[in-house]
Amino acid sequence: MDKRVVIIGGGVAGMQAALALKERGAEPVILEKEERLGGKLRDWHRLFPTFTPAAEVLEPLREGIARAGIEVRTGAEVECLSEGGAVLRGGECIEGGATVICSGFDVFDARIKEEYGYGIYDNVFTTVDVERMFNEGRVATAQGGVPQRIAFLHCVGSRDEKVGAHHCSKVCCITGVKQAIEMKEMFPSAEIYNFYMDIRMFGPGYEELYRRAQLEYNINFVRGRISEASQTIDGRVQIKAEDTLVGRPLKMTVDMLVLIVGMKGGSRNVAFAGSGGLTVADNGFMQPQDSFLGNVSSGRKGIFYAGTVTAPKNIGESLNEGVAVAARVASYLGL
Amino acid sequence: MPQFGFSISKPRAINLDTNDQVPAERLLQEVPELKTCIACGGCTATCTAGNLTDFNFRKMHTLVRRGEYREVYEQMDKCMLCGKCRLVCPRGINTRAVVIKIKRVLGDY
Amino acid sequence: MRRNSWKEYQKEVADDRYYYLRSCIRQNFFPGSEKAFLKIVGEELGRDIFDDPAHTSCTGIGYHSDIVPYETIMTVVARQFAMMTEAGYENAAVSCITSFGVYTETLETWNEFPDIEAKVRENLYKATGREFRKPRNVSHASDIIFHHREEIGRRAKHRLVNRFTGEPLRGVEHIGCHYAKIFPREGIGGVEFPYVLAGMIEAWGGSVVDYPERRHCCGFGFRNYLVQANRGYSVANSQKKFESMAPFKPDFIVANCPGCAMFLDRWQYTIAEIEGTTYGEDGRGIPVLTYEELAGLVLGYDPWELGLQMHQVDVEPLLNKLGVDYDPAAKYLVTNGRYIGCPEPAMVNMGAE
Repeated sequence: MDKRVVIIGGGVAGMQAALALKERGAEPVILEKEERLGGKLRDWHRLFPTFTPAAEVLEPLREGIARAGIEVRTGAEVECLSEGGAVLRGGECIEGGATVICSGFDVFDARIKEEYGYGIYDNVFTTVDVERMFNEGRVATAQGGVPQRIAFLHCVGSRDEKVGAHHCSKVCCITGVKQAIEMKEMFPSAEIYNFYMDIRMFGPGYEELYRRAQLEYNINFVRGRISEASQTIDGRVQIKAEDTLVGRPLKMTVDMLVLIVGMKGGSRNVAFAGSGGLTVADNGFMQPQDSFLGNVSSGRKGIFYAGTVTAPKNIGESLNEGVAVAARVASYLGL
Repeated sequence: MPQFGFSISKPRAINLDTNDQVPAERLLQEVPELKTCIACGGCTATCTAGNLTDFNFRKMHTLVRRGEYREVYEQMDKCMLCGKCRLVCPRGINTRAVVIKIKRVLGDY
Repeated sequence: MRRNSWKEYQKEVADDRYYYLRSCIRQNFFPGSEKAFLKIVGEELGRDIFDDPAHTSCTGIGYHSDIVPYETIMTVVARQFAMMTEAGYENAAVSCITSFGVYTETLETWNEFPDIEAKVRENLYKATGREFRKPRNVSHASDIIFHHREEIGRRAKHRLVNRFTGEPLRGVEHIGCHYAKIFPREGIGGVEFPYVLAGMIEAWGGSVVDYPERRHCCGFGFRNYLVQANRGYSVANSQKKFESMAPFKPDFIVANCPGCAMFLDRWQYTIAEIEGTTYGEDGRGIPVLTYEELAGLVLGYDPWELGLQMHQVDVEPLLNKLGVDYDPAAKYLVTNGRYIGCPEPAMVNMGAE
């Protein structure tokens, strides 16, 4: 059987899958739409809950890919699936004995939540903007000042019927806690408030980090969803929420409002489903065969999944799925 | 002045731009673990006073942390200092100390 | 402010052949506004607009005060549509935001539940023998002014520019809640960044103030105002808005809802009396206009013909900034020269000067 495996997407799941497949004797080819491997992680600074630099995960993967001589096609955007692989923009078909879809997720576009004024008000940011600022080594308000008060808003684009997202994006709670701590380290005198609906600390060390954020970093957690943000005359942001634990409305003015944006299903998912006979789940992510023994299988012969294409996942889980899918693909190819 | 038959309602919102946080900060310096409260309500569920009166310990110390002090001092008088709340707290907060320190920081407020 | 998102929310606004559905209360609150609308649309813009004496109140105030049941108001709406059908029109031009909300809510109900529409048709037929076609287009009158704003701008006698400083006048735009908070798609610019009034201000040379409580309700709230004991929270909402907009030093407020324009104007007097607080330049209040009054001033209409003497807050400071030539002595004279009396002097209303 053809030992070539088409891997759609060169993020952490795709790279890990390629490495694990190569070890098992397959010939993976990674199709990456950007000019560099790394996926969303390229824009991230440090990883929760350990504050590990993103490069410490990315570089070994990239070096491994290079060392193993795995074929990588960058600038290769997949339009849809073909009988035995993928069709690139421009029409070129890349085919093999199996296809692994590792195309990941899309970041929720915060402009859709108009009431927060992202893209309109100067000092409304997203968690993605904050990572970029961390990477650039300079965090400042739009006016160039040192923020004295920062509010984080959890669940932007998650658990919100208004944007068609009933799902929980899972990793944003801990991201909000991580960034709050990083902000506090950068601006020790700043007051930081996290507005949340629930705090969902699902991973090892997460709840402990949350507790440290409260106890050691004096991050204030207010249970209540911000209902709207507006710009004040001096370019700051006025926010309103309910402090649901005391049952009263609450308002305050902050120098920066950070929207903790969630994950949504990839924009290519519908095209993949249509061309590959696959199913898009109600939440917009791809539906795996099942949630237990077949969670990296699609239910279609020769098509597999790894990483956040099927659901919100953290980096560790995505990496594990890269290994898991390699085992399934190798067995399918008889390697 | 004309008699309008009504007066202008005062806002109910907690205003964190104007509230005085100094007593709240003093309380948290005295009982820092109070910051780790996750509002489970265990303290209030087991509270001897809360089962007989409208005393809601969780709500009271949350209000103090938001800089809202009105009536909290008087509410604290309802606590019998039995200590059951401290036994149930999953975050290990010295809740009895919270009661006493709230009275102390608000006593001269 | 990068207020570009309004372009994503466009609604169809009919260009001509309007059937005018008046407000029940505006003719008392702002008696020149609807007349000005008919003049602007009919005479200035040369459009066909029919002002039908046979239509009635939509009964929206009764509906929102739990006096008129939904079945009843839907039948009243059906009768309005029947009058429109009989007059040969298909484009409803609704003067009032409450009515606009009632019409859109009714049409959406009929859309979702055709059996209810059938029942209403039956009720109307049994009661009046009338039948109707649903309108092809339902636009609020402010949508129609917005739709024609460039043409009105081309005919402007006065731009919204402070003639003493040469700076654009700063306008606060206030949108009635039932314009787009029921159905955001029904509002130009949607609900968070509505553009219907902002677009007029910008088209006529002014600048729009975006203040933190811009989206807050004026507090009218029907039963909040109708019950005297509840007016405390009605006025508190307007006060919250004034406090929030005051630092931006607005030259005027323009509203597209009868209740909002009324209360943003009258409550300034109430607040001044109760708390001694006044807003606006020299503590004389912030003039509040309807969109027709604003358009009328831009088009050079006489302010007393527009009914601006009926406002609580004096509009003269705004007229002076605009460079409007007006006769102070004629303020309280109606067209035949009859004196209509003038209000007692108050903090935000100097009466006859």
